[in-house]
Amino acid sequence: MSKWIQLAILAALIAILPVFFPSGYYYRIGALVFVNGIAVLGLVILIGFAGQISLGHAGFAGIGAYACALAPEQFGLHPALALLLGAVLSAGIAALIGRPILRLKGYYLAVATLGFGILVAMTIQNERALTGGPDGMAVEELGLRDLLRDLGWRVSGGEFWYGVCGIALLIGAWIALNLRDSPTGRAMRALHGSEIASRTLGIDVARQKLVAFVISAVFASVSGSLLALQNRYITPDVAGFMHSIELVTMAVLGGAGSVMGGIFGAAILTLLPQVLTVLADYEQVVLGVIMVTVMIFMPQGLLPSIARRLRRTRK
Amino acid sequence: MDAFLQFVFSGLTVGAVYALVALGFTIIYNASDVVNFAQGEFVMLGGMITWFAHDAGLPLWAAALIAIALTSLVGVALNKLAIEPARGAPVISIIIITIGASILIQGAAQLVFDKQIHRYPAFSGDAPIEVMGATILPQSIWVILGALAVFVALWLFFTRTLMGKAVLATANNRLAAQLVGIDTGGIMTLSFALSAAIGALAGVLVTPITLVSYDVGVALALKGFAGAMLGGMGNPKGALVGGLVLGLLEALTAGYLSSQYKDAVAFIVILGVLFVMPQGLFGKTAAERV
Repeated sequence: MSKWIQLAILAALIAILPVFFPSGYYYRIGALVFVNGIAVLGLVILIGFAGQISLGHAGFAGIGAYACALAPEQFGLHPALALLLGAVLSAGIAALIGRPILRLKGYYLAVATLGFGILVAMTIQNERALTGGPDGMAVEELGLRDLLRDLGWRVSGGEFWYGVCGIALLIGAWIALNLRDSPTGRAMRALHGSEIASRTLGIDVARQKLVAFVISAVFASVSGSLLALQNRYITPDVAGFMHSIELVTMAVLGGAGSVMGGIFGAAILTLLPQVLTVLADYEQVVLGVIMVTVMIFMPQGLLPSIARRLRRTRK
Repeated sequence: MDAFLQFVFSGLTVGAVYALVALGFTIIYNASDVVNFAQGEFVMLGGMITWFAHDAGLPLWAAALIAIALTSLVGVALNKLAIEPARGAPVISIIIITIGASILIQGAAQLVFDKQIHRYPAFSGDAPIEVMGATILPQSIWVILGALAVFVALWLFFTRTLMGKAVLATANNRLAAQLVGIDTGGIMTLSFALSAAIGALAGVLVTPITLVSYDVGVALALKGFAGAMLGGMGNPKGALVGGLVLGLLEALTAGYLSSQYKDAVAFIVILGVLFVMPQGLFGKTAAERV
């Protein structure tokens, strides 16, 4: 499917879905799907395109989130600028640690990124004086909604963040789709196939991996920032190991090789706990069973597998 | 000096548990190239089942044996239901499958048992033994000796028995092993049973000190994984040393620097080691096949 059709479908879905929302609460869930989707897009680039594993990307989400919480409080920075600051900071850290970390492969890369994520989460948790520790801290209001109101456009908090995060997701998807077929994206996908083959073709493998790592860090950071800004409150869980795992699972379950697949995975795994609350005590069991069975029977992820099946039946 | 010795004792106790988890990782990794993130759940099951069987009136040793046997069955089931069907899947899929299995086992443990924290009595009483001005719990000695015994038994198994060599052969080249008549499917089952049993043993030994609840597995899996990677994946010696070093680092950091950042030092050391030696301390450098 062409890039523009995919983007158009995504935009249409984001625009039309609210028609079916029975209450304002659903805007919040929708915004959460979009926020997770943004981080997952980063992982689609890192895992799906470049073939590199990260079990620590929540660390970057944590940096983005706490940049939005701390910078306005400490330096009086506007929250929107704090989001940018977080993204720049994440990119810088990713560039710094990326070079040594990305020399590692497979499980070694997994444990190194895992270590990075845990270090970030631990720092946030332990610097109580600054971050409030495990209790979390309040985040300043973005202020954009007041601006809209002054212009005569009244929107509820839920509607506002649904819109903002939806637009951010669209921009993210546009970037990821563009990247996919750009020379950089092709180089990434080539090294995913075979590092040695792509090196002989003149691709700077280390550099392409680093580019993918930095871009995915920025996506995660922006996702964390948006989460902090819309909840107006943030806890260290955003940087925790489980959040890293959630993000990776979303990407791989939906289909890490495809942009839309990643977003689909984010939607499924964000909505699933909402649905599973009916099952109460069985929630974890069902989640585990879903993760295992999807990975066994649809190793390419949900969306690509479903798409292939549809294509086959049409023939 | 007394304080130092005290930290060493507590470090060795925790490190021995990490080493047991890391040894479990190593066995499965050797047989199937899979890093099993559900390894920590075996430790949890070992502790939980022992507590419940003991609570139901069984003597402690019988409860422990039942726990180890049942956990082995869980390990075999994990292999048959989740790992075998996904053979050849990329690393990232395997990670998600085993983490999914870990979540599943945790959820099941919550349902079958409960969400409480449990403890049963130590094997040889709770009176601390004094050694050169520091004290050590009798149960800590059990844990440390347990880890050493398992290591020696595994070493003998892999180097001195035909079965052990069959496991190594399967790990080395599955097809070739099959061609010389090794039942590779059986070897996989054995490896998972053995690995789960070792995990369960760790749980049985350590629960009187650290207590057990349905959610203790994840942290242990992470530390065991880190210990195994520190030593170099797939090497039993590396697993033992990696686990013990990790435990000692944690205890010494907690004692001399900051108890809040004890986990940080462990991971900083791991990152440092991997940067200098990308295959871990004892790992072999593997040539990549084109």
